[in-house]
Amino acid sequence: MSNTAKSPWLIHYDGSSCNGCDIEVLACLTPLYDIERFGIINTGNPKHADVFLVTGSVNEKNAPVIRQIYEEMLEPKVVIAVGICATSGGVFRRCYNVMGGTDKVIPVDVYVPGCAARPEAIIDGVVKGLEILERKREAVRMSRKKVRGVPQ
Amino acid sequence: MEWIRIASMICFVILAPILGCMLAGADRIISARMQRRKGPPFLQPYYDIRKLLDKEKSSVNSVQDFYVFCSLLFMVITGALFFAGGNMLLVVFMLTLSSVLLLVAAFSSNSPYAHIGAERELYLMMSYEPMLLFTVIGLYIFAGGFGVMDVVEGGRMPFPYLIGIFIGFTFILTIKFRKSPFDLGTSHHAHQELVKGFNVEFSGRTLAMVEILHWYENILLLGFVALFFLNGTLWGYVLGVIICISVYISEVLIDNSFARMKWQVALKSAWAVALILGIGNIAVLFATGV
Repeated sequence: MSNTAKSPWLIHYDGSSCNGCDIEVLACLTPLYDIERFGIINTGNPKHADVFLVTGSVNEKNAPVIRQIYEEMLEPKVVIAVGICATSGGVFRRCYNVMGGTDKVIPVDVYVPGCAARPEAIIDGVVKGLEILERKREAVRMSRKKVRGVPQ
Repeated sequence: MEWIRIASMICFVILAPILGCMLAGADRIISARMQRRKGPPFLQPYYDIRKLLDKEKSSVNSVQDFYVFCSLLFMVITGALFFAGGNMLLVVFMLTLSSVLLLVAAFSSNSPYAHIGAERELYLMMSYEPMLLFTVIGLYIFAGGFGVMDVVEGGRMPFPYLIGIFIGFTFILTIKFRKSPFDLGTSHHAHQELVKGFNVEFSGRTLAMVEILHWYENILLLGFVALFFLNGTLWGYVLGVIICISVYISEVLIDNSFARMKWQVALKSAWAVALILGIGNIAVLFATGV
């Protein structure tokens, strides 16, 4: 496991959820689950984050916000949709203002369904996301080498 | 003696980041245990730095990285000067210069979060600077010279004479280590109302430089703590290291047991401490003619 996967800092954004999944995300920080064991820090700054946790469905109002947070994050980065609303829109799917899941706006790497998603499932999803983060880091490193003109 | 000075300078430049990293790792584990958590691995700060160096390069403007680099450079020079037994006054001024350059880097972005963080850090600098100067003045009056070597080779332990100044210095250490209740400028923990203070606009390599700078700074400040217990013998050094460790652990305890306070409280309390303990101790030194 590389250093990137050992130190994933996450940013959490609540789309338009009922707050159930957000409470579960915060529960991961408590002594019972303690995600800092994996070096995970809950940061409020997209520029410092490697993992983007989205809860709740995407609507017309928050789509630009999600897009902006995603664009402010530096490569390599992964997006995890937490809860069924972020995965597909859930019960709000047919609402007049709801666009659907997070993948309508930005590419999603891991889906964690559930209503609300349990902390164990969220941690499992993040750990799965770390494998993808590792692959992306390798890709970024390769592209950097190409730019510098170092033979592969 | 010249080669010992040069060797200790090189030792500081190489060993300070390693010790600082270990200190930060221990800090996070102790904090976690105080909150009944398991906590991250011991080498977590090192993994964080390696990760930050691997991130995509990005900077809000072209001068920011330069300012942060200069800040790091001055911090390294300051620490090297201190551990080579140089002039304490110069050390304190260069420490301030390093902190100011970091804030200039924060101000160079147009982000309102970075501005608020940097302004709060300026208030904090205003709070701790008097006590820092009184520390140096106290050591000067005690040893009869501004050199670190004057104190070390004096043969007397400064602590019994400068006990007030020592307490005042450990008080401002809470501000310098960026611990609660005075972590207004930025914080290492998941306190989010400020996002990340003046660190907001630093990312990737720049943030890695800021972290390494913080490691150097911590070791330098603990060097000041140890200086109060040196009397030229080996026991002085051993006692100094033990006191450094206990001071740091008590800072972690304070960090975990206090909420963040307003900048007015920080300013008033730090100035009160500087006036009462700093000037009081210096007055006693003059009165007793030490």
